[in-house]
Amino acid sequence: MIKVKINGQEQSWDGDPDLPLLWFLRDEAGLTGTKFGCGQALCGSCTVIVDKEAVRSCITSINDVAGREVTTIEGLHPNGDHPVQKAWRQVNVPQCGFCQAGQIMQAAALLMDNPKPSHDQIREAMSGNICRCGCYQRIENAVHLASTGV
Amino acid sequence: MNFIDNPGKLRGFEKHIKVEKVSRRSILKGLGITGGFVLAAPVMTRQAFAYETGAGKMPHGVVVDPRVFVSVAPDGIVTIVGHRSEMGTGVRTSLPLIVAEEMEADWSRVKVQQAHGDEVKFGNQDTDGSRSTRHYLLPMRQIGASARTMLEQAAAKRWGVPATEVKAVNHEVVHSASGRKLGFGELAADAAKESVPAIEGLKLKDAKDFRYLTKGQIGIVDLHDITTGKARYGADVRLPGMKYAVIARPPVTGGKLVSFDPDAALKVPGVEKVMKVQGWPWPSKFQPLGGVAVIARNTGAAIKGRNALKLVWDDGANGKYDSVAFRKELEEASRKPGLVVRQEGDADAALKGADKVIVGEYYIPHLAHISMEPPVAVADVKGDKAEIWAPVQSPGGTRDDVAKTLGIPEGNVTVNVTLLGGGFGRKSKCDYALEAALLSKELGAPVKVQWTREDDIQNGFLHTVSAERIEAGLDKSGKVIAWRHRSVAPSIASTFAAGTVHQAPFEIGMGLADMPFEIANISCENPEAAAHTRIGWFRSVSNIPRAFAVQSMVGEIAQATGRDQKDMLLELIGSPRIVKPNVKDLWNYGEPQDSYPIDTARLRKVVELVAEKGEWGRKVPKGHGLGIAVHRSFVSYIATIVEVAVDDKGKLSVPRVDTAIDCGTYVNPERIASQIEGAAIMGLSLAKYGEISFKDGKVQQKNFDDFQVVRIDESPVVTNVYIVPPNSDTPPSGVGEPGVPPFAPALINAIFAATGKRIRSLPIGKQLEA
Repeated sequence: MIKVKINGQEQSWDGDPDLPLLWFLRDEAGLTGTKFGCGQALCGSCTVIVDKEAVRSCITSINDVAGREVTTIEGLHPNGDHPVQKAWRQVNVPQCGFCQAGQIMQAAALLMDNPKPSHDQIREAMSGNICRCGCYQRIENAVHLASTGV
Repeated sequence: MNFIDNPGKLRGFEKHIKVEKVSRRSILKGLGITGGFVLAAPVMTRQAFAYETGAGKMPHGVVVDPRVFVSVAPDGIVTIVGHRSEMGTGVRTSLPLIVAEEMEADWSRVKVQQAHGDEVKFGNQDTDGSRSTRHYLLPMRQIGASARTMLEQAAAKRWGVPATEVKAVNHEVVHSASGRKLGFGELAADAAKESVPAIEGLKLKDAKDFRYLTKGQIGIVDLHDITTGKARYGADVRLPGMKYAVIARPPVTGGKLVSFDPDAALKVPGVEKVMKVQGWPWPSKFQPLGGVAVIARNTGAAIKGRNALKLVWDDGANGKYDSVAFRKELEEASRKPGLVVRQEGDADAALKGADKVIVGEYYIPHLAHISMEPPVAVADVKGDKAEIWAPVQSPGGTRDDVAKTLGIPEGNVTVNVTLLGGGFGRKSKCDYALEAALLSKELGAPVKVQWTREDDIQNGFLHTVSAERIEAGLDKSGKVIAWRHRSVAPSIASTFAAGTVHQAPFEIGMGLADMPFEIANISCENPEAAAHTRIGWFRSVSNIPRAFAVQSMVGEIAQATGRDQKDMLLELIGSPRIVKPNVKDLWNYGEPQDSYPIDTARLRKVVELVAEKGEWGRKVPKGHGLGIAVHRSFVSYIATIVEVAVDDKGKLSVPRVDTAIDCGTYVNPERIASQIEGAAIMGLSLAKYGEISFKDGKVQQKNFDDFQVVRIDESPVVTNVYIVPPNSDTPPSGVGEPGVPPFAPALINAIFAATGKRIRSLPIGKQLEA
């Protein structure tokens, strides 16, 4: 039996220990905010925060996070008012919105590590997250805004 | 120039979008409105406005009925139906916003309800072709005005005063003479009893009174849900007892399953069943390709199970499809005469007599849509009833196809439209929903079919591959006197009809036969090309290769004659006029030529505007270059300037992009800007990396590592968007797609300016590294 804390709640799993965390979150725990985009850690749509680090849940097995704390988009802030989320809304970042949970989790992890990133640092840290609609200019602006006070 | 009035609300946005001073005076002044309004049932009105659109000719036309689209609850909440699919353009916000504007509803008390697929009830729902605002601006205004009138009539009756004395203002109806007011909620029950007013008598708001339209201060309705993970896309639908399916499809288009061994797959924990999926013979339209489905308790188990399947395929006739050989075929065909689709003057003779002939051969490979959300659908089929939840661009078409595939009446099929995690034309084809329906029927349980990224890239409906060859003949003074453009590409029609070797009229009308230059001798030709894979619509479709070729050729002529690119472009466009190509029934994006002509004054205007705002001719650092391109598509006019920087290792970056768009009368300039910003990224992606290639009939790319797209660290540093203010009666035109075509040629022209290297084959790949 694998135990993992997700958004502050203890969850357990006694199925395949190799099951990617992504599918545990989405299909078993019903937390569908985390998205499937590539399955190979190439696009960042599935980004969650494990302890304090941004992690691609599509290549992280449920066993890898046993005993650790996982935060998904649903748990980032109780009212959805994390500075990154607020900045995202102020800058009107999303188009289709599908990649945005992963983008937001990546940005939140970046700001935990580096509260005042430069534009180059933002571009570097966010470069693992693909947005096919092409919201990059606004993503960069929103992360900058979140880091300077929303 | 005015900055858009959105202080504080949209920080970061106002810096980059500027709207030219808009004449707000009566944008729709002078509209004569006719048409019937049947009370008992929704009606398709025949379009007879000051401007006519092709909306009425779409399947099921337009429905103008407030009772279909608007409801008002006693608590005052106004619910407005969004009947088009939201894939990122903002249409789920924009169309209801138009209704709210006209009915004087307060947007903060409006809820948007997504329509299910029912075109008889809602009118055409095919969210494709950059049509939503173009076809629905006026109908949505009429629906809002009808609802407002009904509320006003109800209030007037309640007070016993003439309806002319009352006025709806911001969610209430006011009788100013007596100072009485009633909220929309208080009037809801009475208003519902009012007869629906005739369209002819409706009074539309004066544009100067707009609170929302043209302002751009309203965020999309799903903004909060998207940023908190609550927004529901296709894959997020969960039903009790639902099974998860992943399908192994034939690796070669038209291939068939010979045999399969499910044993290893069945041993994977969580896998419950392995079953065959029905396939259709090629060309298979939107029907499934067939294959083997692995059914599991979660998607992860289904994928793992599929990886363990042992499969034997018969590749069939397309098993030899090879992109290297096919390119040669296309290029050879482009060097010989082909079906003439437009002829003016005598291009042959003029080319022979020309002082100089410039030849450009351009190649643009297959592309895959790869929306961030791969195709996915949930189906629950019980007996002769089916319910679908899916991200589909055409819910009406999906309903029809599900009914036909299952052999049940269309009325027994419900298609629930989720948000689309990107579409770009891929989700106009509902094969994934049909797969889910077939599996659910067989299993007797709800099923979710999830495509992986590999499936999406390897089994999609690809953008075509094309060779474009242009010969331009110049006289002694450097004037272009002859133009021959041969375009060779498999047609989308090949997905529907076997033996297709020519482009369909709608493809010929996308940048080939509608070419706007003022040249005396023109020949546009379409030599034959057969398809060996499924070809489909991709955002802006054939405009991508045509704009790439035509606008690159402009750069080549400028280069050969030592002229400035922009000056050369304006010279070729020529005098302000309406272009009437010598083409029988020239396809015009489904729109009548009278209201949507090829207007070179507008084409010139976007070039001049972008040149002015984008500071054409400005001094740029060493290794940088400026390029320009213009293209009319989806009846909009768009010009783009790209500044590129190429370092000494051949690595390119894009410091700045400027784009001017004339999309006629518009609704939400903020979403126009976001579409154009995104189009620059998509244009850069396809120019830099975009290539799907085949070997032995199989797609060679698998995922984002070998089919790359632009990431944030290589995206343009800044994209500025300028919107041309419409004249009072300029009809609305497309926004979602037309931003893409001019980007690649502007970039390629900029690369030439920076390096002296002329790229004629996309993607750029490593060509600059040599």
